[in-house]
Amino acid sequence: MSTAAAPAPGLAQIGKSVVIKGELSGSEDLYLDGQVEGSIALKGNSLTVGPNGKVKASIEAKGVVVQGKLEGNVQASERVELRKSAVVTGDISTQRISIEEGAYLKGKVDIHKAEGK
Amino acid sequence: MQTASVSQTFMKLFRGSGSETTSPQQGSQKLTRRSSGLGELSRQWESAENLCVLDLGSTSPANIRYFTGRGHRIYSEDLLTASTDSGLLSKDENGVVTLDSRKFLADNLVYPAAHFDVVLCWNLPDYLDEGLVKPVVGRLWSVLKPGGVLLAFFHTRDAGPDSPCYRFHITDVDTLEMQHIVLRREARRGPTGAVHTAVDGFQLQRVFNNRHIENLFRDFASIKFFLARDNVREVLVVR
Repeated sequence: MSTAAAPAPGLAQIGKSVVIKGELSGSEDLYLDGQVEGSIALKGNSLTVGPNGKVKASIEAKGVVVQGKLEGNVQASERVELRKSAVVTGDISTQRISIEEGAYLKGKVDIHKAEGK
Repeated sequence: MQTASVSQTFMKLFRGSGSETTSPQQGSQKLTRRSSGLGELSRQWESAENLCVLDLGSTSPANIRYFTGRGHRIYSEDLLTASTDSGLLSKDENGVVTLDSRKFLADNLVYPAAHFDVVLCWNLPDYLDEGLVKPVVGRLWSVLKPGGVLLAFFHTRDAGPDSPCYRFHITDVDTLEMQHIVLRREARRGPTGAVHTAVDGFQLQRVFNNRHIENLFRDFASIKFFLARDNVREVLVVR
């Protein structure tokens, strides 16, 4: 049984009352529990969509954990985790994926190995 | 062919109205069954690479793991749950509640033509609303590659009208784990994110006989039947 991934102290956060429309990019890990529409680019870093998160965006990151709602394609260079409360509509491309029982996915899963491995 | 009316089905599925979709809660009991159809499919794709697979059951981590672990791509689309979207309901000129199949196909099964090598239908045709079965099969024909294969399960007449609806997880080349889909009396979040309460499970809509199945897949190139002991007829059709 997994527990909700609470944001670690010091982690960049977008609270559940925040609404963002546009391009979001950064060079640190991000915990997103609000609403984002547009695109999210966190190459080399991880994104967590919290249980209250509502994301309508394409995502590019090192790792992605989804507990809330995501509509958009995901490109994760390392890993994607869909927790049991995740509702995902979109295609996922990553090296590894973990999907908890109860998660909802409408879309493609494409696993690619890193070059040289 | 026995049928259940759309309005009866939705009266049992929904409490109240609004843009809601049922969200199946997975029952805890799991059963194992051998599948001749799956075994036949497994032999066909044993040496295949980079298959494109469409799984029309509930999101199954096991199925995703099974196919991606073998280097294939898998698409997951829970059509049965999608068909319970109350936004699909409309009344015809006689006041009869029907499902808008055109809207359903505008929102679901949207893929390029000749895209998939394999479609896993599971028990979908038995539980899908009458008005959606033929349009869905027609769409599946178009998204399958020539030579692509579709696997579907049909209850026989002996199964009875209260046959539970299962979701299927592939555990081995010819073995499935079946999990009873139960809709409980509690707030659940569905695919649209809406919180709602459902009061019943998916109901068996009809029992196809062989001729009905042949007619349903008449546009396909070939059809093969496997009769199992558990009152299920497995069907492999080739486009």
